[in-house]
Amino acid sequence: MVEALAPGGGKHSVTHEDAAGGHPSDPTKRDFLKLTTAAFAAVGAAGLAWPFVGSLAPSKDVLALASTEVDLSPIQEGQAVTVMWRGKPVFVRNRSAEEVREARSVPMSELKDPATDQSRVQRDNWLVVVGVCTHLGCVPLGQKPTDAKGDYNGWFCPCHGSHYDTSARIRKGPAPTNLVVPEYTFTSNTAIRIG
Amino acid sequence: MGMGLHNSEVKNPVLRWVDQRLPVVTMIQKEYGTFPTPRNFNYFWNFGALAMINLAIMIATGVFLAMNYTPHTAMAFDSVERIMRDVNYGWLIRYVHMNGASMFFIVVYIHIYRGMYYGSYKTPRELLWMLGVVIFLLMMATAFMGYVLPWGQMSFWGATVITNLFSAVPLIGPEIVTWLWGGFSVDNPTLNRFFSLHYLLPFVITGVVFLHVAALHVTGSNNPLGIEPKDKQDTLPFHPYYTIKDSVGIVAYLAVFAFLVFFMPNYLGHPDNYIPANPLSTPAHIVPEWYFLPFYAILRAVPDKLGGVVLMFASILVWFALPWLDTSKVRSMRFRPIARIFLFLWVISFFVLMYVGARPAEQPYVFIGQLATAYYFLWFLVLLPLLGRLEKPLPLPESISRAVLGARAALPGGGPVPAGAAAKPMDKA
Repeated sequence: MVEALAPGGGKHSVTHEDAAGGHPSDPTKRDFLKLTTAAFAAVGAAGLAWPFVGSLAPSKDVLALASTEVDLSPIQEGQAVTVMWRGKPVFVRNRSAEEVREARSVPMSELKDPATDQSRVQRDNWLVVVGVCTHLGCVPLGQKPTDAKGDYNGWFCPCHGSHYDTSARIRKGPAPTNLVVPEYTFTSNTAIRIG
Repeated sequence: MGMGLHNSEVKNPVLRWVDQRLPVVTMIQKEYGTFPTPRNFNYFWNFGALAMINLAIMIATGVFLAMNYTPHTAMAFDSVERIMRDVNYGWLIRYVHMNGASMFFIVVYIHIYRGMYYGSYKTPRELLWMLGVVIFLLMMATAFMGYVLPWGQMSFWGATVITNLFSAVPLIGPEIVTWLWGGFSVDNPTLNRFFSLHYLLPFVITGVVFLHVAALHVTGSNNPLGIEPKDKQDTLPFHPYYTIKDSVGIVAYLAVFAFLVFFMPNYLGHPDNYIPANPLSTPAHIVPEWYFLPFYAILRAVPDKLGGVVLMFASILVWFALPWLDTSKVRSMRFRPIARIFLFLWVISFFVLMYVGARPAEQPYVFIGQLATAYYFLWFLVLLPLLGRLEKPLPLPESISRAVLGARAALPGGGPVPAGAAAKPMDKA
């Protein structure tokens, strides 16, 4: 086996010592073989790891539940509902004209994470955002009429005191960015599909 | 070199720092680098390393399966089907685990046979052998409990039948069985504890494997000639000679393994286990997994409940006594022409029992099973002790190197030999 790797005539004579240790100088055929073997082993190890790592990613049944349909027809103006999407709450709010005006009258310079209200909605009155505070993941208050809505009439996160406005933009407190607007489409005038 | 530090010869400064405080590098170099190993191993000596790799594969795939498995009677079957259909590569991981159990038993049976044929259990390796039997018993327990987890028909009824073996215990049998079940039948508590133990035991096996290898490295390996190495001429450093030889074996082993997994993943299983467990209906033929069949046949060979159970357990426990039942001073069957024939007959009896174990309990299978059972024990309890005294073994070679060189000298010398490929392995010593 060992001779086959360094056939007779090569300058590398094979003994126990160099079979175990190898020569530091002179790249030899042996070095080349060692490197190619190591390269194959690395590719093989990566190939072995692939299915194991892949098995930890979301499975097909989890992906199959990755979108949520919401019927908007029962939501009156000024009301909000919370729906579950990918294990997280999504706030769907039918904003009043007053709330929309409030959101659109704010100058960009006052915003911590500047974004126009128009860029955050598809239809003026319907605001759809992921109800997870961008600080450390709590669910902000403000969905129920009795909830504290914060200083800007939107949402208030009780964990660390972040205040969001009627466009769910961060106005005050430790949260770094606005509540996230998920990908969604209007499947009809009274229904959306989130995800 | 400070006080209390290990005198390390490692060159790399970081590794050296570690090695002085915890000499793992020195240990690996000593036990797997320069470790003097008989130069005349054949491929039977691959199977210890293969078993170790198989254990690692079972633990790796098992840990990932456990991430998606639910040990509850109402959800276990569906969670396994979800692994097969929905979890990314779940089918692959499960089929590797399933067939890995079969591969493990194939490898370990060959490993045990190697020990029997070449007398590896004889002094000074008795404890090494006995630790091996402990590993085998732990493997059987682990495999049995693992087979229960998918909660199919065979899982349920296999668990019922095997746990009921303990009802044969006089006086307190039924109480023992109730205790094993954690209830009045195989049910959710049983499934829960089997899952817990199925996860635990492989790590116990790993511990006993460590002891098994530690004992091996005290006595050194046996070899096909069964004579101890006398000097440097008789051994080779483990690396690279046997790391390479083991690698060749591993490639062949993985090829067989991959063939099973990708082309016939359910061949060694039983279709009834894809039917969810039903405590109200027993399948027509309850058959254990193939690797338990010989012992199952011994159980059924005895027309008495307690007798069958005792004989079945005795058929493995007798292995513990093997170092003392074999009275011959000569280890390798190569030099025992008569005993060798009876050992081959024993191997045949083992396969006959495996065949009979898969057949229904009716004639002529019962009678054949009884004959094979009788020979199974006759070999251990009568033939082996007697032959050691009666048989005249062939003369043993002076040394391993003499035997190997002598075999080469006997080859036709003048013939054309391809260069390179025919380089003399002996010149390296």
